[in-house]
Amino acid sequence: MTLDRTGIDHVVALAGNPNTGKSTVFNALTGLRQHTGNWPGKTVTRAEGDYLHEGLRYRLIDLPGTYSLLSASVDEEIARDFILFGRPDCTIVVVDATSLERNLNLALQVIEITDRVVVCLNLMDEAGRRGIAVDHEGLAAELGVPVVPTTARYGKGLDHLTAEVSRMVSGETVTTPRQLKITGDLSEALDELVPMIEDLHHDLPNARWVALRLLDGDYAVRQALLDGSIGELAGGDR
Amino acid sequence: MAGPAEPRDVLSKADLLQRRLGADLRDRMVDSIYTDAGDLSRRFVTVSRDRRTDYDRALDRIITSRIFGLPLMFLGLVAVFWITVAGANVPSSMLANALFWVEELGASLFDAIGMPWWLTGFIWHGTFKGLAWVIAVMLPPMAIFFPLFTFFEDLGYLPRVAFNMDRFFKWAGAHGKQALSMSMGFGCNAAGIIATRIIDSPRERLIAILTNNFVPCNGRFPTLIMLATIFVGTAVPPALASFAAAGTVVMVVVVGVVMTLLVSAFLSRTVLKGEASSFTLELPPYRRPNFGRILYTSMIDRTLFVLKRAIYMAAPAGALIWLLSAIHIGDQNLTTILSTAFDSFGQALGLDGVIILAYIIAIPANEIVVPTILMAYTGATQMVDITGLGELHGILAGEQGWTLLTAVSLMLFSLLHNPCSTTIMTTWKETGSRKWTTVGALMPLAIAFAVCFLVANLWRLFAGV
Repeated sequence: MTLDRTGIDHVVALAGNPNTGKSTVFNALTGLRQHTGNWPGKTVTRAEGDYLHEGLRYRLIDLPGTYSLLSASVDEEIARDFILFGRPDCTIVVVDATSLERNLNLALQVIEITDRVVVCLNLMDEAGRRGIAVDHEGLAAELGVPVVPTTARYGKGLDHLTAEVSRMVSGETVTTPRQLKITGDLSEALDELVPMIEDLHHDLPNARWVALRLLDGDYAVRQALLDGSIGELAGGDR
Repeated sequence: MAGPAEPRDVLSKADLLQRRLGADLRDRMVDSIYTDAGDLSRRFVTVSRDRRTDYDRALDRIITSRIFGLPLMFLGLVAVFWITVAGANVPSSMLANALFWVEELGASLFDAIGMPWWLTGFIWHGTFKGLAWVIAVMLPPMAIFFPLFTFFEDLGYLPRVAFNMDRFFKWAGAHGKQALSMSMGFGCNAAGIIATRIIDSPRERLIAILTNNFVPCNGRFPTLIMLATIFVGTAVPPALASFAAAGTVVMVVVVGVVMTLLVSAFLSRTVLKGEASSFTLELPPYRRPNFGRILYTSMIDRTLFVLKRAIYMAAPAGALIWLLSAIHIGDQNLTTILSTAFDSFGQALGLDGVIILAYIIAIPANEIVVPTILMAYTGATQMVDITGLGELHGILAGEQGWTLLTAVSLMLFSLLHNPCSTTIMTTWKETGSRKWTTVGALMPLAIAFAVCFLVANLWRLFAGV
């Protein structure tokens, strides 16, 4: 899942539901500087491309379009593993402004894994035509990460998006990622497990999420904890 | 806690807690995420007017209704095939005329500069003729069918198809999303098999992979359309010809869908036992089709892609057919010897020896079967002057003694038999299993033999032939 970072200043993952204009965002940002191949060992297409922003080179990785990161389908596994183990410097989650509720499901899951998220609120033109208005500032405050309205088809808002990504990777933006509301015995179980994980890896930004995955019997996360690669997630770039 | 925790301690603690929590943890997490997403969107989204959604809903009430849903699908299919059949005839004849004129020109040019007869034959009457047949027979129907198909796809109709078909797949013990991978299969079975990735359950995914072959792909539609045009179309008054032909192709498609369901039901009740899992299918809004994109997708991605593949396969097949007809053992050429050997087997299936031979030669890409058959019939003599679909009836029915039964059997065989080599390779890549790839290749072939055998015998019994 790791990649060659030679000549690249920052790695940015692009996540989103299918049909949100994710590919349009990808194409608009990278233009012709893109390359397609397959995910290692998988027959799923992997597209990546570069863009320049203020003299720095960003490598954009287009993750498979998924509705969630919880199920075991190949696409969801690839997206999840890249966000977790590929350690992107920032993850853009493209959401469809016309059906925010469904799209937020994925955004909330990504925010639970990583705090370096920029939400790209796309298809704003379509939303406007349908009389749908989204209070993106209020949403950003609740999610705890920046939300940028865009209409990628016409290139609108993309300079804003790259600026937010740049502020995110430089550490200028301080996020307060929203956490899942968890109650009852599950919450008690987390209270027992999270301190143990934090004890093992002090700087882990998502110990709570790791705990949830362990409780769900997630094989990849169990392995990562056993061989210590979970710990690398905490060190490195931070 | 005494001393620092080890990863193993964390895992055993997690296992302990997991047992205490019970099995519905995943559901509770999903529930919590959905509730939160719902709350957030209620707080930050305001909808002032939503005329388009109202319009979409009204439309969906008709298009996905229990009463009108299926008949509308059926009518849509008939319309698509009718336009294809009615529109493809004339350009097919023109292309055939032009290309066979080039063949004669090329051959006489070679003769004039003193090329040996076998080189002229191999290049012009073999390789080039193979290409000419493929282009003349396949290009016009594809150039009409694909844009129409892509139009419905772009409109957002395919998820509605899945919605309408859901109860049938549920009955078959298969996943409702199989309707989507099946619809992709109309484009290309290999693509349909890749599309089964949207199905989470490995059991249901395998069923979808193994049965995808039963819907005719782009490569096989031209075969079906051509056979329906020249055999069914000519059996009814000319005014009704294209309707009858379109209706026949739709019937074949229906047989394919019914077969998909029957085989799925059989698999899910025997070797791949299990319940159908539930899923939520979201109907996306209807989108205004983008005509530029439709033309691009249907012409570049589909028509040219299929045609290119067919040409790569047809050129060597043409050359091979020419060789078989040029090499003589005793006073018979190889085509005759081989097709005679296969003849009684072919007849038992309602086909003939040449058709079986053509199928064997065309295993890499069964879309070139009809061109291969035509080359096998005409290649031996080089005397026939064919100028389009109209004259094909003359060759097949007049000279080779094809009947309506031959055409029906060939359509059924083409619908049901083994997938092409690309599809088999894709099955292998997607399942990673030799066993299931073999099943995926041989089960349809066995079904094709059985169905054709049954139809041929019943037909002969009742028609008294």
